[in-house]
Amino acid sequence: MAEMSETTSGAAKDAFGGPFLYAPAPESRAVVDLAPSYGLFIDGEFTEAADGQVFKTLSPSTEEVLSEVARAGAEDVDRAVKAARRAFGPWSALPGAERAKYLFRIARIIQERSRELAVLETLDNGKPIKETRDSDLPLVAAHFFYYAGWADKLAHAGFGPDPRPLGVAAQVIPWNFPLLMLAWKIAPALAAGNTVVLKPAETTPLSALFFADICRSAGLPKGVVNILPGYGDAGAALTAHPDVDKVAFTGSTAVGKEIARTVAGTRKKLTLELGGKGANIVFDDAPLDQAVEGIVSGIFFNQGQVCCAGSRLLVQESVAEEVVDALKRRLTTLRLGDPLDKNTDIGAINSAEQLARITELTDAGEAEGAERWSAPCELPSTGHWFAPTVFTQVTQAHRIAREEIFGPVLSVLTFRTPAEAVAKANNTPYGLSAGIWSEKGSRILAVAEKLRAGVVWANSFNKFDPTSPFGGYKESGHGREGGRHGLEAYLDVR
Amino acid sequence: MLTGVSMSRKELKSEFGDVTATETGLRRFLHGLPGVDPVGLETRAAALGTRSIKTTAKAYALDLAISMIDLTTLEGSDTAGKVRALGAKAVLPDPSDRSTPQTAAVCVYPDMVATAKAAVAGSPVKVASVATGFPAGRVTLDVKLADTREAVAAGADEIDMVIDRGAFLAGNYGKVHEEITAVKEAAGDARLKVIFETGELSTYDNIRRASWLSMLAGADFIKTSTGKVGVNATPANTLLMLQAVRDFRDRTGVQIGVKPAGGIRTAKDAVKFLVLVNETAGPDWLDSHWFRFGASSLLGDLLMQRQKLRTGRYSGPDYVTVD
Repeated sequence: MAEMSETTSGAAKDAFGGPFLYAPAPESRAVVDLAPSYGLFIDGEFTEAADGQVFKTLSPSTEEVLSEVARAGAEDVDRAVKAARRAFGPWSALPGAERAKYLFRIARIIQERSRELAVLETLDNGKPIKETRDSDLPLVAAHFFYYAGWADKLAHAGFGPDPRPLGVAAQVIPWNFPLLMLAWKIAPALAAGNTVVLKPAETTPLSALFFADICRSAGLPKGVVNILPGYGDAGAALTAHPDVDKVAFTGSTAVGKEIARTVAGTRKKLTLELGGKGANIVFDDAPLDQAVEGIVSGIFFNQGQVCCAGSRLLVQESVAEEVVDALKRRLTTLRLGDPLDKNTDIGAINSAEQLARITELTDAGEAEGAERWSAPCELPSTGHWFAPTVFTQVTQAHRIAREEIFGPVLSVLTFRTPAEAVAKANNTPYGLSAGIWSEKGSRILAVAEKLRAGVVWANSFNKFDPTSPFGGYKESGHGREGGRHGLEAYLDVR
Repeated sequence: MLTGVSMSRKELKSEFGDVTATETGLRRFLHGLPGVDPVGLETRAAALGTRSIKTTAKAYALDLAISMIDLTTLEGSDTAGKVRALGAKAVLPDPSDRSTPQTAAVCVYPDMVATAKAAVAGSPVKVASVATGFPAGRVTLDVKLADTREAVAAGADEIDMVIDRGAFLAGNYGKVHEEITAVKEAAGDARLKVIFETGELSTYDNIRRASWLSMLAGADFIKTSTGKVGVNATPANTLLMLQAVRDFRDRTGVQIGVKPAGGIRTAKDAVKFLVLVNETAGPDWLDSHWFRFGASSLLGDLLMQRQKLRTGRYSGPDYVTVD
């Protein structure tokens, strides 16, 4: 089409090819003041690593170096745990209402700086600004507000008249929702009276370091929050540290198992939030247009790099063709490209390593006989990208139906009866999330009851709220985050 | 799917003959349409509302929106003078910038059609007339048909009819179907817009059913509202109707237009509706032949935003004509 050749790069990805070409609408990166280097945050101060090691953090969409960050080693872990231990006594002795003041203050500063933090997160993670602005940041602030409210009401949380904190919490978080996962970990820990040492993922350390700055602005006492950017070795040293009372990990099932082995036989309390292979079940009486939207947000939100993603679509055979056709039509409207453009729906994959894993699994899907379809979109020449992809003719035996891909890849399976849907949905080592689409209330309730998944969404998917507990069955982990239940992980409830 | 092959009215009738022949058939068909989840629908409409339309895209959208307006006056106080002014504005929306597109039509009561016709004479601006006992529609079919015929006789290019919401809500779909068919016949060559009064139908399921019912009965356009009740056009109900025309064309090859009316007052809102069109029904509907805005005050804001985009300055409401 004639218009296509005249357009700018953002608009050229308009798969409609129609006359209404959205001009580039980039969010300004000037709101983020990035320093050339960042230190570890220990005992209220930014410091270099003991061995002086550093690593670079890149923008996944352009591969440019954003900053250089100190890399924590075992010695730094020990320093941070000691600082947290020192801070624990006075912090846990504060009246709950006083701890709440700090948390409310942190929540408000996050809101005030939300635009800056959204841009920062998009730069470091590669996800679209639309998501960091409308999803990540509002949820981060909401989490701190929510747990701030609990700090002086712990006696009414159902864990006895005077539940005590555990002590020093070691927290290791993933790269898919860097600041949100930090909030899920730090907010309940502090509300309950613990102090924390948190290790962000090596590909996304920046927002945690900006959070450290927010802790300072909020006047949070030294040592209550310590941030240690680093790699897996730092995470291993942290979770193995003898003076840690609590370990909380979100990440891959393989690493989760290692941590469970490390912690076994110690006094440390453990919560794990691991992988998933969520089933999104669409019955023939579903609100189909909304189901298609739910399928899209279930697997293409955050490029599918979501542990609770609806990566398996189980669709009733009688509507399978209609749903898949509608889904493909919808996917052609997704706009892939510059994550900072406000109209971008699909951003970059977080790292070359992750892209390689997605590529490997999708190749296996094709090799095993599933039919591959990808949305027709042009991928940028630099950075890590993967077009939204749908596999049909998938069976339970295929790797793409069993293994977590953690990318924008949907596996479509069909079923004939509700019993078959439930059997297929549960036929996975994981059990984190599921979705049910039906206009029939009794069917939703009956099916939800039989699904072994920590979260079951009805006629929606990937909806989060700090008041709602989140966590897994089976190899998706144990323990709950969020809600009243989320306090339990940070209280001595024996 | 019959994409690419357009059915004639006769073929349509035979394809859906068993559906429309009896009250039971109609009910079964309409109630067999997929349900609408309100939360999901509104979430999608709101999400599309966050599209950021800037610079060249905005210029395109503002001009397109102006060209899609059915510039409307539907007041008891309407006079020939008021209608002539409206016609003049439709033909020449911005005297300070003759590159401004003309509106699609002016929309008036039947007794003002002749005046409106004279006011837009010689221009491509169409005259649309509400009819069938607008806005309540609580008159007999004979009166509705007479109303329609008079408007057409006076020169109306388009007829905006209202459905019998009472009959629809009572489940009397056959009656609604019959009336639309009769009005369509009475309208002759004039294009027929069928107004649901979505605010009175209340549920999204009803809006989807009304859309299919009207399209099967011969509507050329489906239209949200009269502008005379509390809830008029919303992004969600328009999105739903855009899905209906998209699905109808997939099934029959016949393209039907959509007209949200009432409550769209700002350029920003209008652009959001165009995004809904673009990303739901698709670019084939990005044309005044297939999409209209029923509005009276929207044009003023579109003109101001257009001037702002061209000159870099807001001129203020005194620099666009009030009528």
